[in-house]
Amino acid sequence: MSGMTLAENKKRRFRLSLSGKKSVVGMIFVMPFVIGFVWFIALSLITTFRMSFSDVTVAGVSGMSMSWNSFENYVYAFTVHPTFSETMGTSVLFMLIDVPLIIFFSLFMALFINQKFRGRTLVRAIFFLPVILGAPAIADALDSARAMMIGGISPASAEVMTSLGSNLNVNIQYYLNMFGDMAIPDSLLGFIVDAVHRINTIVIASGVQIVIFLAALQSIPPSVYEAARVEGATSYEAFWLITFPMVSPLILTNVVYTIIDSFVTSPVVTLAYSTIFSDYNYGLGAVFSIVSAALVLVILGVVALILGRRTFYYT
Amino acid sequence: MAKFNEKLNTWKNDPKLDSARGHLERKVKGWLFALFRTIIVVGIAYVILSPLIGIVANSFFSTEDRYSPVVYIIPQHPTLERYELTILRMDYWNVLKNMMMYVIGITFIQLVICSMAGYGFARFNFPMKRILFACVIITIVLPAHAIMYPLYTTFQSFDPLWIFSIFTGGSTNLLGSPWPVVIMTLFGVGLRSGLYIFIFTQFFRGLPREIEEAAIIDGAGNVRTFTQIMLPNASPAIITVAIFSIVWQYNDNFLGRLFNVSDNILLSRRIASLQATIANLDQIRDPSITTLYVYAAVVLMILPLLLIYVLLQKYLIEGIERSGIVG
Repeated sequence: MSGMTLAENKKRRFRLSLSGKKSVVGMIFVMPFVIGFVWFIALSLITTFRMSFSDVTVAGVSGMSMSWNSFENYVYAFTVHPTFSETMGTSVLFMLIDVPLIIFFSLFMALFINQKFRGRTLVRAIFFLPVILGAPAIADALDSARAMMIGGISPASAEVMTSLGSNLNVNIQYYLNMFGDMAIPDSLLGFIVDAVHRINTIVIASGVQIVIFLAALQSIPPSVYEAARVEGATSYEAFWLITFPMVSPLILTNVVYTIIDSFVTSPVVTLAYSTIFSDYNYGLGAVFSIVSAALVLVILGVVALILGRRTFYYT
Repeated sequence: MAKFNEKLNTWKNDPKLDSARGHLERKVKGWLFALFRTIIVVGIAYVILSPLIGIVANSFFSTEDRYSPVVYIIPQHPTLERYELTILRMDYWNVLKNMMMYVIGITFIQLVICSMAGYGFARFNFPMKRILFACVIITIVLPAHAIMYPLYTTFQSFDPLWIFSIFTGGSTNLLGSPWPVVIMTLFGVGLRSGLYIFIFTQFFRGLPREIEEAAIIDGAGNVRTFTQIMLPNASPAIITVAIFSIVWQYNDNFLGRLFNVSDNILLSRRIASLQATIANLDQIRDPSITTLYVYAAVVLMILPLLLIYVLLQKYLIEGIERSGIVG
């Protein structure tokens, strides 16, 4: 009896010290990030929080001065500001609509272009293009070129020029009338046009997710599929029993990324940005940033909780 | 006709032809699927390429093409003048060389720091792990401009732990140099570092534990397990993160502008000022013409990235087929 407890004690002590050692090693691995977070993000966040509770005035080149005004900025944002609540609501709504579409589409496309076919390298390069074109520097350069053109010459010719320059525009109304003549109901046409328009947005927003899914698919060893085929699995079963569980950790990654990406480009962030840089209202801009980021964090928490349970990990 | 029916019946029912039938069926199915795939891929590729076709085509337009109302997509008098002037005014080759060194250096740091953090989060238990991982998510979610002013002042008078005050008597101004970006990347909070940490974490969590356990039983230490077992197995994640890091660092114009990084390093700052430069130095004032130079510059910026992507993709696929990892 006492021998047992002694052995157990010994065992437990050994395990404790081992897990203690492991936890130290784990902390060393994440240490650079922790230092960086405290040093750059947390300290800056504290300043931003202080700004959100203050009346901030910019004084020349020397910097800004803050005077405490408690919850005034928050109260103003929610009760007085004409568009903030509404903008935030629509931002979140569009996010929730787009995310599932983008995830399905990108997984579907990744499965397609992961297969062996001629011209695969070219197709992958094309599917990578939205990642490059959506990146800030190029997107901004194109935007400002367009803005210059509209500001620089008369609106009518600018319209002609932009339609020449940036897009292969098709006279969609012409085709719509054609279908209308074929007695296809208007509401159906409207729906199709809407869906097609959305395809464009979704394709452009799926670049990163497709690349991530491709990497996930490529990390599945071919031997697993061979074994499944020997056992007589159909390709349908192979997808649901092998591919899907194996990529599921990165489905979570992609959902999180998609939510964040659509948030970062959403109207509410634009509003916060313009409040800071056009109206020089740092306090109110800080409130907008903090409130919207907190809301997205809550959404992410809920999504991660739901999806995390269904995600397959080797443990 | 009867003969044909008879033949069809034997084809349908003859057990000797079973394998041939199965073969044909598979072939037709495969062919139909390939057709379906081609249609979808071509359609989506068109959606992606359509704005780019306009940009590429316009970058070859001469001035008369631009003013001619009948020219559409295909220039009548194609010219390389747009590219020549753009390369000259952007100092393209020089800046590209500097930029590549800067971007690849930063990407290397990102890979080391983020893969370490990802491994730590995926495989170890330590106090406050969940809170720290939430911090990773916060760094991704937080709009960069929300903390830009405090960051700016941090690097304007840079004095970690009063080191500079002690040794040189005063803080240092790091603005105007690439150091702020390098330092932030070194501490895992560079451009989109949080996202990379997240990707690595999920990848490492997806790898089977057996492979490390075998390594530990064989007597490998934690560091060796990480560098020699885990990293090679996570090569898809490494390539993916490398690709993203290169593309985004190359295209970054937020941190570059905030910390005033020299435009001898950043092509992204060159493209932003290109229109104004050409308007002033070359007296080309019409925005519809200067836009053509921007299009040429966009093409010039995209090409190196596409090349890098294609090379890395190739390497990725070969690497996996060679090592036959996992499982």
